[in-house]
Amino acid sequence: MSRFDAYFAPKKEIPPRAYLTVSALVAIVVFGFWCLLSYGGLVRTDFLPTPTAVVQAAIDGLGDGSLLRDTAFSVGEIMSGFILASIFAVPLGILMGSFKIAEAALEPITNFVRYLPVSALIPLLILWIGIGWSEKVAVIFIGTFFQQLIIIADVSRNVSHDLLDVSYTLGASRRTVVTRVLIPATLPGVMDALRVTLGWAWTYLVVAELVAANKGLGYFILNSMRGLFTDRIFLGIAVIGLLGLLTDQLFKFLRDRLLPWTVVA
Amino acid sequence: MSKLEIDDVSLRFTPRKGNAVQALDHISLGVADNEFSVIVGPSGCGKSSLLRLVAGLIEPTTGEIRVSGRPVTRPGKDRGMVFQSYTLFPWLTVRKNVEFGLKIGGLSADARGKIARRFLSEVGLEGFENNYPKQLSGGMMQRVALARALANDPEILLMDEPFGALDSQTRSLMQELLLKIWEHSKKTVLFITHDIEEAILLGDHVYVMTARPGAIKEKIDIDLPRPRTVEATTSPPFIALKRRIMALIHDEAVRALG
Repeated sequence: MSRFDAYFAPKKEIPPRAYLTVSALVAIVVFGFWCLLSYGGLVRTDFLPTPTAVVQAAIDGLGDGSLLRDTAFSVGEIMSGFILASIFAVPLGILMGSFKIAEAALEPITNFVRYLPVSALIPLLILWIGIGWSEKVAVIFIGTFFQQLIIIADVSRNVSHDLLDVSYTLGASRRTVVTRVLIPATLPGVMDALRVTLGWAWTYLVVAELVAANKGLGYFILNSMRGLFTDRIFLGIAVIGLLGLLTDQLFKFLRDRLLPWTVVA
Repeated sequence: MSKLEIDDVSLRFTPRKGNAVQALDHISLGVADNEFSVIVGPSGCGKSSLLRLVAGLIEPTTGEIRVSGRPVTRPGKDRGMVFQSYTLFPWLTVRKNVEFGLKIGGLSADARGKIARRFLSEVGLEGFENNYPKQLSGGMMQRVALARALANDPEILLMDEPFGALDSQTRSLMQELLLKIWEHSKKTVLFITHDIEEAILLGDHVYVMTARPGAIKEKIDIDLPRPRTVEATTSPPFIALKRRIMALIHDEAVRALG
């Protein structure tokens, strides 16, 4: 058998060096292809900017403050909408998954609302609250709140019955079971729900900013399109990607710090 | 007077879909103080429901259950329970798991620590105090669960197939550990299992249940000498008891399938 045999067997481990090499190779090939197309003049630079142009756009954007201003604005909107949604969704979701009475009250309406695409509500929200900060926060709130509610309700529904029952047999009251058992048991799932929905919140924000805005990264991208500044469009997209990566790492860090019992081997 | 009296208890429930089910049918039995009683029965006979009734986690349709003469109306720490599934709190260390009942009972940190240490050493888990459940094997988790139930000093210990999910070597070790602990604590125990050898090895009395609706088919006194070890399972009187109980269960299992 050749030494590469294991590389083609399903679900087999490969040496870490081979793993890294393949990942790096693919990244280099994609980047090389981009360089070839743009520097080689195979595609017009107003369609596909060169890497240098994107870096230059970043330097310019940082220099005149426009990039930082729009980024800060978008991050502010995201955080406001997301935190507001989470403050309500976490406790309500836990209630919904654990108390049938809360489920009866909230689940039917939530299931209806969550299938309404938020993007379809944007015109209505503009009509009601304009195109400013509050409209963006409202879009993010509606987009994330109902999804969070459903996911967190499922998390709390899946807390093992035996875990609650054993607590009763240890002398716990209902109240103690909720505060000391049910809530801690949902935390890892809640954390995951927040991490996933924060990613979605970015999509809703950019859509809202593309439809109507005068600040923010979506606006930055749209405005660059009007002037055919593809390098700035690339820059805007890259910044959103980096921020996504950053928040994901932040959640990972928080989970390791706050919930060490989920990560121990 | 018996420590535990199950007095003419029946359980009927109606699932969300389908017809009412008679799970338990007029069951009466008593467990005396310091006695180890085991219930065996074919799967689905309602033996776990019976234990949950004693724990107060569900209510009987008719009849009454009394512990030390007091009727059971809700779960309480006088009836400690060990489940088949792993029920340690994953966010608490081993020591804090054992201390859980004591803490909500309002005991001081010092007193809790002392009791936790004592029971962790009884189940052979000194040195694991600060580990999280995720770092333990199945057998170790069940030992912590046992220590946690015992630390609360219940009047009766309810065990619902606690070793059912363990491999057979670990199960034997756990049975010996339980026998050893029982020999000097003399807790009143009601133990559920579908494993006939386990029932005979552990019990003073073995109650054989019928297929659904569950009723007590026969009470068998196990007069094998104590202290017992796993070696007892090969002795002729043990095998005779096993043959007898197997025949009883076999009839019921066939009836359940029929």
